[in-house]
Amino acid sequence: MSGPEETPKAGPGETRGSGAPQGPKPPSADVAPAEADGDLAARLGQARLSAPVERTGMFGVQDTPDTSGYGLLRVHRARPIESPRPYGSYFDEVADALGDALQAGGLGFSEAIERVVADRGELTFYVRRERLPEVAAKLRDDPDLRFELCSGVSGVHYPEEVGRELHAVYHMLSITHNRRVRLEVSVPDADPHVPSLVSVYPTCNWHERETWDFFGIIFDGHPALTRIEMPDDWKGHPQRKDYPLGGIPVEYRGAKIPPPEDRRHYS
Amino acid sequence: MTSSMPHAAAGASDAEAAEGRVYTVSGEDWDEIIAAANEAGDFESGERIVVNMGPQHPSTHGVLRLILTLEGETVVEIRPAIGYLHTGIEKNMEYRTWTQGVAFCTRADYLMPIFNETAYCLAVERLLGIEDRIPERAQIIRVLMLELNRITSHLGGIAPMGLELGATTIYTQGARLRGGGGGGGERALDLLELITGLRMNHAFIRPGGVAQDLPFGGLEAIRAFLSMAPGLVHDLRTLIDANPVFIGRNKSVAYLDLASCMALGVTGPMLRATGLPWDLRKSQPYCGYETYDFDVPVTDTCDAYGRYLIRMDEISESLKIIKQCVDRLAARGPGGRATDPVMIRDAKIGWPAQLSLGPDGLGPSPEHIAHIMGQSMEALIHHFKLITEGFRVPAGQAYAAIESPRGELAAHVVSDGGTRPYRVHLRDPSFTHLQSVAAVCEGGFLADLIPAIASIDPVMGGVDR
Repeated sequence: MSGPEETPKAGPGETRGSGAPQGPKPPSADVAPAEADGDLAARLGQARLSAPVERTGMFGVQDTPDTSGYGLLRVHRARPIESPRPYGSYFDEVADALGDALQAGGLGFSEAIERVVADRGELTFYVRRERLPEVAAKLRDDPDLRFELCSGVSGVHYPEEVGRELHAVYHMLSITHNRRVRLEVSVPDADPHVPSLVSVYPTCNWHERETWDFFGIIFDGHPALTRIEMPDDWKGHPQRKDYPLGGIPVEYRGAKIPPPEDRRHYS
Repeated sequence: MTSSMPHAAAGASDAEAAEGRVYTVSGEDWDEIIAAANEAGDFESGERIVVNMGPQHPSTHGVLRLILTLEGETVVEIRPAIGYLHTGIEKNMEYRTWTQGVAFCTRADYLMPIFNETAYCLAVERLLGIEDRIPERAQIIRVLMLELNRITSHLGGIAPMGLELGATTIYTQGARLRGGGGGGGERALDLLELITGLRMNHAFIRPGGVAQDLPFGGLEAIRAFLSMAPGLVHDLRTLIDANPVFIGRNKSVAYLDLASCMALGVTGPMLRATGLPWDLRKSQPYCGYETYDFDVPVTDTCDAYGRYLIRMDEISESLKIIKQCVDRLAARGPGGRATDPVMIRDAKIGWPAQLSLGPDGLGPSPEHIAHIMGQSMEALIHHFKLITEGFRVPAGQAYAAIESPRGELAAHVVSDGGTRPYRVHLRDPSFTHLQSVAAVCEGGFLADLIPAIASIDPVMGGVDR
């Protein structure tokens, strides 16, 4: 999980380049910044998002994707950035209903939702953080949406996505319509504030505390945002990718086993 | 954790102005605190006491700490404190291959290991795009294991509940069915051990299928269990269902209605006790549940007794499903790698070793060892790469939810395209449901707290992960 994206140079363990499938190429700077509505946090992160993932060889090999001949599971597919209409399944209905509900509240769809991804049978709304409580309230209350149940928050830390490192991911379930959607909010590490959903879904209480505890996302408006799993006086947020694992080299039968972070690893 | 009444003792501080007299307890100073409180007249005026229940209390279902404010026998305020069993399972999974992750998540909620494994594997399979390529036989064995585990989990909730209420017989009756102490392989836990090699922490469900086929004599052992289990369930229900003491302790206790369940994200038996027949096995089927014939038990009492009835009914429904699994497996005949595999036919994902259960536990089969060590260099390389490096999973995220004994258990799994999970989050029902403790217990008697917590059935391994 280390290594800067812009310089795909050989390193022990992992090398990850962004570019076309054949040969490393600088990350595409031509990813139209115009389509970003202006306030999308940072173009760097966006460029990385749009770049297809390519893997170079193991153990620092550059010219071939693999050293062994066993490389057929190379990843060609990038994380989807934005799905075009139609999304398929019930997703279009949900998106339309959400758009109508937001419209009724005087809010344009794109003012609240950055982009929509339909991938692997799951629908994700990337929500602008300041609009999150409104979107959640509409999802809960609109008769065509009725997502009564929130399954809680899951944090994800993407240190390479500059300007949008921390993601809070909400999974909603509609028992009325038997549907699921996912809301994703991304915030910069420097300003890790997300509005709390406790007033809309009280079940988010502990989940938000957990996400604060593990990722350091501050949920504004939470009634008591304290640590929940770690001790109260703990320093740092352990599930962030930059959290040091610690450890010392351990000698075993004459060989030194390095601490976890220094061990050779794949991917 | 704060509570708004006089904390305990000797030497009051700044907080006095806001919260009344504050006592600081440092251990073995109870006499001093009593003396200080007497001196200040706190006992005459307030009559509120704070009791710290747990984290090591026999009836808190593991290391759960409850900070109670009592007014006489009435619980005025209750604040659960958790985190005593946090083991960093989610973080650890980020440093192992996708297959090894199973061995970690199985330990989260240790009463339902198979469910943890299945939720995680379903999410990984969705990311890999191989959901519809899982062999039929593997799906049947998954359902079989899930339902066996549901029985042991429900009994693991009900039997100790009896113990907590002071009835040893409920525990022993439950243990007769749940098993785990030897006994000829006919009890539920012994069956899990026979099939996977372990009573818990099985690491049996793998991405792509299951670790191994049923062992020799497995179906017969399950049949023996099926012929005996209904009798034991009946015994247990005869003992408890109409027991005046049990009813007195459980009926109208821990009331939580539908609206509260929705707000608090409560699912599973607690939700079905409000009369809503919401069961993911029916509404969003996975592993082929849509092809099995079973009912979703509901009651509308919203209380601890209703939840108990639902759990008992679900045990009977699980037995029905297990019977159908056994019939299907028997009809398919003996499995085999070539004819009826239990792992996906994809050499790049399926674990290469056909595992077999030896006298010293689960390990690679001798034939496979002979093949890679004596016959095929390519097979050896392939084996080595798959075991040490693992397979890659295309970038993206998936959320797979299943109906666990406690409610919606889900795995949110994120991949960056590598050989290890980028992030795994287990949405554990115990964690979510424990939030409802204050809602169901405040205003009730202290004695009702015990059946209330037992009816929520939290398992701290899942709460803290």
